[in-house]
Amino acid sequence: MTFLSRRTMLRGAVNGAAVGMALPFLDIFLDVNGEALAATGTRLPVRFGTWIWGCGFIPERWIPTTEGADYVMPVDLEPMAAYRKQMTILSGYDVKLDGVANKPHVTGNLGLRTGIPVPGETVKAPTIDVLIGDQIGQGSRFRSIELSSSGIERSYSYRGAGSINPSETSPIALYQRIFGEGFQDPNAASFTPDPKTMVRQSVLSAVTEDRQRLLKGLGTADRQRMDQYFTSVRQLEQQLALQLEAPAKVENFTVPTAPGKTVVDSEIEHVMANHKIMAGLLAQALACNQTKVFNMLFSDTASNLRRSASSDTHHTLTHEEPLNAKLGYQEQVAWFAAKSMVACREFVDALAAVKEGPGTLLDNTLLFAHSDCSIAKSHAVEGIPMMVIGGAGGKVRTGFHKAGRADAATRVGLSLQQAMGVQVEKWGTGAMDTNRTITELVA
Amino acid sequence: MMKHISKFRFGTVCAGLALALAGGISLAQQSAEPAKAAVVEPAPAGGPLVMRRLTESQYRATIADVFAPDVPIAGRFERGLREEGLIAVGTSHGGMSAFSIEQYDTSARGIAADVTSEKRRAQFVPCQPKSATVFDKACATAFIDKYGPQLFRRPLARDEQARFVEVARLAQQRLGGFYQGLEYTLIGMLDSPHFLLRIERAERDPQHAGQQRLDAWSKATRLSYFLTNSAPDTELLRAAGQGELDTDQGMARQVDRLIASPRVEGAVRSFFWDMLYFDGFSDLFKDPTIYPAYTVAAARDAQEQTLKTIVAHLVTDRGDYRELFTTRTSYLTRPLGIIYRVPVAERNGWEKVEFPVDSQRSGILTDLSTLALHSHPGRSSPTLRGKSVREVFMCAKVPDPPANVNFTALDAVSKPNSTARTRLAEHNENPVCAGCHKLTDPIGFTLESFDGAGIFRAKENGVDLDLSGSLDGVKFTGAPGLGKALHDNPSVPMCLTNKLYRSAVGRDVATTEEPFLEYLTASFAQNGFRVIDLMRTIALSKTFYSVTMPESKPVGPAGQTASAAPKGDHS
Repeated sequence: MTFLSRRTMLRGAVNGAAVGMALPFLDIFLDVNGEALAATGTRLPVRFGTWIWGCGFIPERWIPTTEGADYVMPVDLEPMAAYRKQMTILSGYDVKLDGVANKPHVTGNLGLRTGIPVPGETVKAPTIDVLIGDQIGQGSRFRSIELSSSGIERSYSYRGAGSINPSETSPIALYQRIFGEGFQDPNAASFTPDPKTMVRQSVLSAVTEDRQRLLKGLGTADRQRMDQYFTSVRQLEQQLALQLEAPAKVENFTVPTAPGKTVVDSEIEHVMANHKIMAGLLAQALACNQTKVFNMLFSDTASNLRRSASSDTHHTLTHEEPLNAKLGYQEQVAWFAAKSMVACREFVDALAAVKEGPGTLLDNTLLFAHSDCSIAKSHAVEGIPMMVIGGAGGKVRTGFHKAGRADAATRVGLSLQQAMGVQVEKWGTGAMDTNRTITELVA
Repeated sequence: MMKHISKFRFGTVCAGLALALAGGISLAQQSAEPAKAAVVEPAPAGGPLVMRRLTESQYRATIADVFAPDVPIAGRFERGLREEGLIAVGTSHGGMSAFSIEQYDTSARGIAADVTSEKRRAQFVPCQPKSATVFDKACATAFIDKYGPQLFRRPLARDEQARFVEVARLAQQRLGGFYQGLEYTLIGMLDSPHFLLRIERAERDPQHAGQQRLDAWSKATRLSYFLTNSAPDTELLRAAGQGELDTDQGMARQVDRLIASPRVEGAVRSFFWDMLYFDGFSDLFKDPTIYPAYTVAAARDAQEQTLKTIVAHLVTDRGDYRELFTTRTSYLTRPLGIIYRVPVAERNGWEKVEFPVDSQRSGILTDLSTLALHSHPGRSSPTLRGKSVREVFMCAKVPDPPANVNFTALDAVSKPNSTARTRLAEHNENPVCAGCHKLTDPIGFTLESFDGAGIFRAKENGVDLDLSGSLDGVKFTGAPGLGKALHDNPSVPMCLTNKLYRSAVGRDVATTEEPFLEYLTASFAQNGFRVIDLMRTIALSKTFYSVTMPESKPVGPAGQTASAAPKGDHS
C-alpha cells in the first residue's frame, strides 16, 4: 500500500492555506471488539493517573470488614458508593522499610510510587506514573499533567532524583496551559497549520544537533541530566508535530470556557472548589487527547488543609489533637479524612461525566488513588490505603476489596504497570522486590 | 550513623535523643578567636567541574543585561530544587522537566519576538539587511556573533555559528522576512542547553604540567554569576578571550570592576533570597480570619523590606554582617508601616525607618517575612522559628521528628489561657522529643512577641508571655536578646562563609576545602565581617577556580573535559 503520509500531504498544503480535510477512516484502526472505537473512528486511548490525599485514614471507618465483592461499604467510603463496581479497595499493603529511616510523609509515599523506600526525597527510580507514561503517553500534547489543589507547587511525579514535574496550582493557569495558545480544537470546521510551526521544528533540530558531542564530554550524573533535557525537548517536538496534523475529531467535546478567578490557598472549601474545577478541565483535556497521564495532589502528604478561622492544619491535628475516648479516634482528623473521600468522589465524577464511545472517560481511565501513610499520628507506612478506580479500557478488574495481609505495596505498582502494558516482571528492591502480580486486579 | 562533624560541614545537631550539640559547642569554642587563624590562602584543594542550571533570577538578570530590562519574559519558572539549604546547590543536581522546557520556549519566543520587532530592531540588531528578499548572510552572522557569545558565555564554535545562520536562512525562506529569520535563530539560542545550563569546561594548565584548569570562559562565568548574578558582560568576555583572567593582575582588575558595579546588589539580593528560603512564600498561606493584615501584597512587600535592609546594610553601607541581627533600621512602605505600627510619611514607595527601642524588633529576625515564613497558617511556631535560626544562620541540621514518636501525651491544640510555651511543655520534658526541641524551642520562645503573621502582640490568649530563652548556653530574654546572642555567636559568620562559598561553586564543600573555609572565616573577621569584602576574597582566591579531576575522565573535542559534581549528602 503506497500513499502519501498525512504529514507529507499537509506539508504540501502548509503555506497558510486552510486544509479542511477529515482524516480517512482506515480499516487498520479497527479494534477486534470494536468497543475501543469512538463514533469518529479514532481509537479511544487508555489513560493513567494518580490521585493523592495526605495523612492517611481512620482504619475502622475506611477498611471493609470483609474481602471480595460483597463487602459493606465503610462509612468514610460512602461518598464512593456510586462507583462501587468501578472501584477496587486495596488495604493492608505495606511499604517495607527494610532499615531505611522513615522520613515522615515522604518515605511511604515515594516508596510505593518508586518501589524503593528512601530516607528523603532523593528517589532511586522514576515514579510509577512516569514509567507508565513512557509506555502510553506518546502521541499526545503533554507527557503528563500535574495538578495540586491546595496551593502546593510540588508533585510526586519524578523522572529521577531532582527531576520533578511541577504541579499547576491555579485553575486559570491550568486552563491557559491546556486550552490557551497552541491548543487545537479537534472539532473545528477547518484546520490551518501554521507555517511557523515547521520553522520551530527546524529550530529544535538545530538545538539538539550536537547532542552526542554534548553528552560525550560530561560525567555520568550530568550526562543523565543532559539526557533529561533532551527528553523534555522531545515533548516540545511532539507538540509541534501534532500541530501540523489536523486533530482527530472528538465526539461530545466542546472547548471549555475559562474558569473565573478563585482563591488558591489551603482552606478546605477553597481547595474543594479549585479541585473540582481542575478535575473538570483535566477531564476535558483527557477527552481531546492533550495528555494521557496525570497526577492530582488533592492535599500534600503532610496535609496543609485547614478549616476557616482554625489555627490548626490537618497535619498538625494528626499529632496534636487528643484522642476522642468515646469514638476511639481523633475527631477532627477524621473529618479531614472523610472530606478527602468526598473530594475523590468529585474527581471521579468529573471523569464519569465525559461521554466517550459507548461509555465514559472513566471506563478508559485507570485511576490509582492513595495516601502517604496509614495512621498519620505515628507516620505508619504499613497498610497505606489505596484504591484502583475506573475501567482502564478493560485492562483491570474492579468491584471488590482485597486485603494485602502485609504484602509489599509494590505488588500494586507492579500490577498496574502490567495492566498498562509496561513490560515488567518484577518491581522494587529489597523487601519491596516482588514478581507477584495481584491476579484478581489485572484482567 | 552520625557523620564526622567538622567545623564547616556542621552536621546534625541532634539525633533523635538528647545526644548532640557536642559538635556545635566545640565548634563555638574552637573559633572564638578567629582573627588569630592564618590569613593566607592555603594551597588550592581543587573541586569538580559542575553543570549548573540558571536560576529564575539569573535568567531574568541575563536577559535584562544582554537585551534590556523591559524585554518581556512570558514563561513561568518551576521552583528551584533546594539541596543542603540552598537552591544554588540544587542547580548542579536538578533535572529539567518537560514543563520547564515548554515554558523556556514560551519565554524564548516572547523575547525573540520583542527583540526583532519593528519597534525595537534598530536598538538590538547591529546591521540592516541589504535586501528585502535575498537572505543577508553577513548581517545574520553579525547578529549571531553579537548575541551568541553573550548568551552562551563563550565564543560560538564555527559549526555552531553556521548552524544558527542556517536556521535564520531557513526561517526567512519559509516565512519571508529577514527579521523573522533572526527571531527564530534567537529562539534556538535561548532554548539551547548552552544557554540554560552553565556547562563548565577544563583545559590543560600550561603552567603546571599534567594538571587541568578551568578554561577562561568558565572562569568568567563562575565569577560573573557569583558577583553579579548575571552573565559575563562584554568587557569580561574580552578579558577572558585575551587571557587576562589567567593572570593575577588581570583577574583582580575584573573582580574590582564588578565589585564596584551596581550589579553586585543583584548578587547579594539573590543570595539572601535563597539563604532565607524566600521561595517558600509561593505556597505560604495564612488564615485571613485570624490574620486579616496578612495579604499577598503585604507578603510581597515584607520580602522586599528584608532584602532592601540587607542590601542597604551590606552593600551601600558596607556594614558588619552580624548587625543584621541587631539593627533597628529598616525600610517600610506605608501599608507595611500600618502592620508594624510605625508611621510612614512616604505615600508611594519606601522609607527608611527606625523601630523604637521597646518594639522588640531586632534586625531581620523580627521582620514580618522571616516570622511569618516559619509559622503555621493560624499560629506562631517556636519550633519552626528555632529550627530556621539553627539551619539558616548557624548551618546546623535539625532532624525531622522520629517517625514513630508517641504523641499521646501531647495535647498542643490551641486552647484559651494557653501559650505556645505551655502547649510545648511536653516536648521539652519527654526525653524523646527534648533532644531536638531543646535546640529549637528556647530560641523560638524569645520571638513569641510576634504572632504567626509576624505582628506584635503583648499577650497570647490573654496570657502574659514569658520571653526567656537561650542559645548554646547563653541566656537572654526576647528578640533583642536573641539578636545579640546571634551577633556574638561565632558559628553565625562561619555559617555565612560556608553558604556564600557553596552558593558560589554550586555544590557542597569537600573536606579538603576546610582549610580554605577557615581562611575565609578568618579574613571575614579581619575585614569587620563585611560581606562584600568576603565576596572579593573568594573571587580573588585560587581555590574558587581550581579544578581537579581524575585523568580517566572522558575528554571531549579540543582536549576539553566537562564533569559532574558529586551528589550532595542527602542522608
